[in-house]
Amino acid sequence: MEIIQTDIAIVGAGGAGLRAAIALAEMDPKLRIALVSKVYPMRSHTCAAEGGAAGVIKSDDSLDLHFNDTVGGGDWLSDQDAVEYFINEAPKELIQLEHWGCPWSREPNGSVAVRPFGGMKIKRTWFAADKSGFHILHTLFQTSLKYPSIQRFDEFFATDLLVDDGRCQGFTALEIRTGQMKQFQAKAVIIAAGGAGRMFPFTTNGAIKTGDGMALAYRAGAPLKDMEFVQYHPTGLPNNGILLTEGCRGEGGILLNKDGRRYLQDYGMGPETPVGQPVLKTMELGPRDRLSQSFWHEQQKGNTVSTRWGDCVLLDMRHLGEKKINERLPLVRDLCISYLGMDPVKEPIPIRPVVHYMMGGIHTDINAATPLPGLFAAGECACVSINGANRLGSNSLTELLVFGRKAAMSALAYMQSGLSTAKDAALAAQAKDSESRIQALFDQPAGQETINGLRQEMMHTMEQGAGIYRTGEGLAATCDKIAELRQRYVGISINDKSRVYNTDLMQALELGSLLDCAEAVAVGARDRKESRGAHQRLDFTARDDQNLLKHSLAYYHPKEPPRIDYLDVVITKSQPGVRDYSGAKK
Amino acid sequence: MSERQIELEVLRYDPEKDSAPRFQTYSVPCLNEWVVLDALNYVKENLDTTLSYRWSCHMAVCGSCGMMINGEPKLACKAFIHEYSDKIRVEPLAHFPIERDLVTVIEDFIGKLSSVKPYLIPKDDQPISAGEFKQTPAELIKFKQYTLCINCMLCYAACPQYGLVPEFVGPAAIALAHRYNQDSRDGGRDARQEVVASNEGVWECSFVGACSEVCPKHVDPAGALQQVKVASTIDWYKEHLMPWVKK
Repeated sequence: MEIIQTDIAIVGAGGAGLRAAIALAEMDPKLRIALVSKVYPMRSHTCAAEGGAAGVIKSDDSLDLHFNDTVGGGDWLSDQDAVEYFINEAPKELIQLEHWGCPWSREPNGSVAVRPFGGMKIKRTWFAADKSGFHILHTLFQTSLKYPSIQRFDEFFATDLLVDDGRCQGFTALEIRTGQMKQFQAKAVIIAAGGAGRMFPFTTNGAIKTGDGMALAYRAGAPLKDMEFVQYHPTGLPNNGILLTEGCRGEGGILLNKDGRRYLQDYGMGPETPVGQPVLKTMELGPRDRLSQSFWHEQQKGNTVSTRWGDCVLLDMRHLGEKKINERLPLVRDLCISYLGMDPVKEPIPIRPVVHYMMGGIHTDINAATPLPGLFAAGECACVSINGANRLGSNSLTELLVFGRKAAMSALAYMQSGLSTAKDAALAAQAKDSESRIQALFDQPAGQETINGLRQEMMHTMEQGAGIYRTGEGLAATCDKIAELRQRYVGISINDKSRVYNTDLMQALELGSLLDCAEAVAVGARDRKESRGAHQRLDFTARDDQNLLKHSLAYYHPKEPPRIDYLDVVITKSQPGVRDYSGAKK
Repeated sequence: MSERQIELEVLRYDPEKDSAPRFQTYSVPCLNEWVVLDALNYVKENLDTTLSYRWSCHMAVCGSCGMMINGEPKLACKAFIHEYSDKIRVEPLAHFPIERDLVTVIEDFIGKLSSVKPYLIPKDDQPISAGEFKQTPAELIKFKQYTLCINCMLCYAACPQYGLVPEFVGPAAIALAHRYNQDSRDGGRDARQEVVASNEGVWECSFVGACSEVCPKHVDPAGALQQVKVASTIDWYKEHLMPWVKK
């Protein structure tokens, strides 16, 4: 097996991975950096983020306000020391991107423009029309081309971490083009491989978001934290889950039920604000968890519009006018026309909540370090946690930058801390085991189980049991089902026996990742007997700060469900309080 | 919901088994609102798991699923079934070697993209603490269009010149160089000219304009190429006929 010697290897080349790679290349040009991803960098899902990135820049804003919005938005499950670091670094990182050429939208005087976003008390979301993630990703990718020390391994699928002497020393990866296994040796590894939304049937997430990075760390012993917190974005296109950015509401779009009522006022986010004059932290600018939950209640009451794609509510942007929609929301208009055949300039758009983001992920400390020495993580695959029980829109793009860079700094410091010499034979033996595992999967005779069959059952049970509202009973059934599916996965068939670009094998590996992550979500949710942020239990409707102001940690077991442990939340200056989204009252 | 039975004729090629590409036809029950990518996913999930193709976002922004659909370069996620008859032919992007089935080898494009120095080479360096560079909306509009390229390579598949002269740097890469050249914050044009204004650069372009026609994001690479040609010609005159005038 070919061995690729590196100093620091990064798994994932989206926003966080690219930011980490650039930081490393800048800190020490002599470093050998391997940037390994199962897709070409510009295909990474960062490209699909629309609305923008939060960072304090305007004189009417303050770091304290960003802190309070983030911690309250997260229903006090965020680690406040991490949030503090995040909001401090956020403006610097956004300016850095500007210096690298990111085409941020501008004010007439040439300074960057900001727009309102849900749950934010002040306009602080930097944006590049409604293609912010796309521009961030391409700016980072193009900037990374400046640095010869960043060696890319595009279309390599990481399969197992190599852990020897109690520390992570690399990983094995399948070169997709040839089907050959490679061993990456590294003094430190950074995982930045994105979320796992594809465990649900209806999601904004692209096909590649299958939790591979999370599973990689989890199987090697690093716990997954707060996995039960899954964000539903309130406004997805009903036929295929395509995201319509929160910017739609930030710019003044309103949500209506079948009677034309702005129903959010009935769920603690009113009183109603004037149409076209959005008030921050009120009505349509409430946080995503509350908006998605309100949809569920409207559906229960029979107030939703029934469409051929299921129950919907309406996002009305007509009053914004064609000019503003074209200038601020061109992609949204294009997506509505192309994929739904409806023009937001002329008619209200049916939408419904859609799985969007995992607040949980690989457990890291404030330095982006996991409990496994030598392993770091950043971005959606990680849980620092700044997002707590509910992420505020536009914090995640900034998070990629702040913690991508932090992971690089920590990995470099770790590498320079005097590590023992790598035992090549031990690593080679592990790499060989990994290769054998994949080979066995590849050679497996055709059995009863199909990838698509298991995937459908997984998605169905996740939606049934672990959706917007959950019950102990429903979650127990989902936990049982996922455990069953993990067992049946052993008998999965791979029909494609070619070594070259074998997407059948790739999908089998991705399904394996998803099942492991899904079990952590379901078991974490079953055991969290309270309602907080995006985790809502019909049988435990109150937040329980007495017992559960804690992060959950799921530890992997190859054959059994994960063991769940708990860790105190770091509170520095904001005691748990009431989340107030009725700003118009004051 | 209305359903239509589509004959999906897909190019197949496995270098380990096939001596040459061949076609395989699948009969797919399609909803009228589907895109060709949905039909391919139907095949992959229900009929034939060995079919290989790239895709991810399903919303025309990741640029993965460029392919030839009835002979035209398209994003499979933005090629609507209702715009086609009951028989649809799907092939890998033209002008790129086939890796496997609908997957092409794109290293040539990636190399060309890198070669034009597609990053900001600041006119004046300033530290982060000095804040953002100012750029007015009018200055932004000068290059904004060229930032919208998703690297889907449809323009390379449409470009007759790239088909004839593989060394041609090509539409997307030159448009990207132009994007940075036009950015009010940038001072790197001279550094980019070496590649962009070379024989394999803009001068290979025969101005057919097919690149701009097929672009799913309405970038106008042909327009960028023309602007680069004009600017490079002016450079040449200044250098050769008026050496006393600074560029």
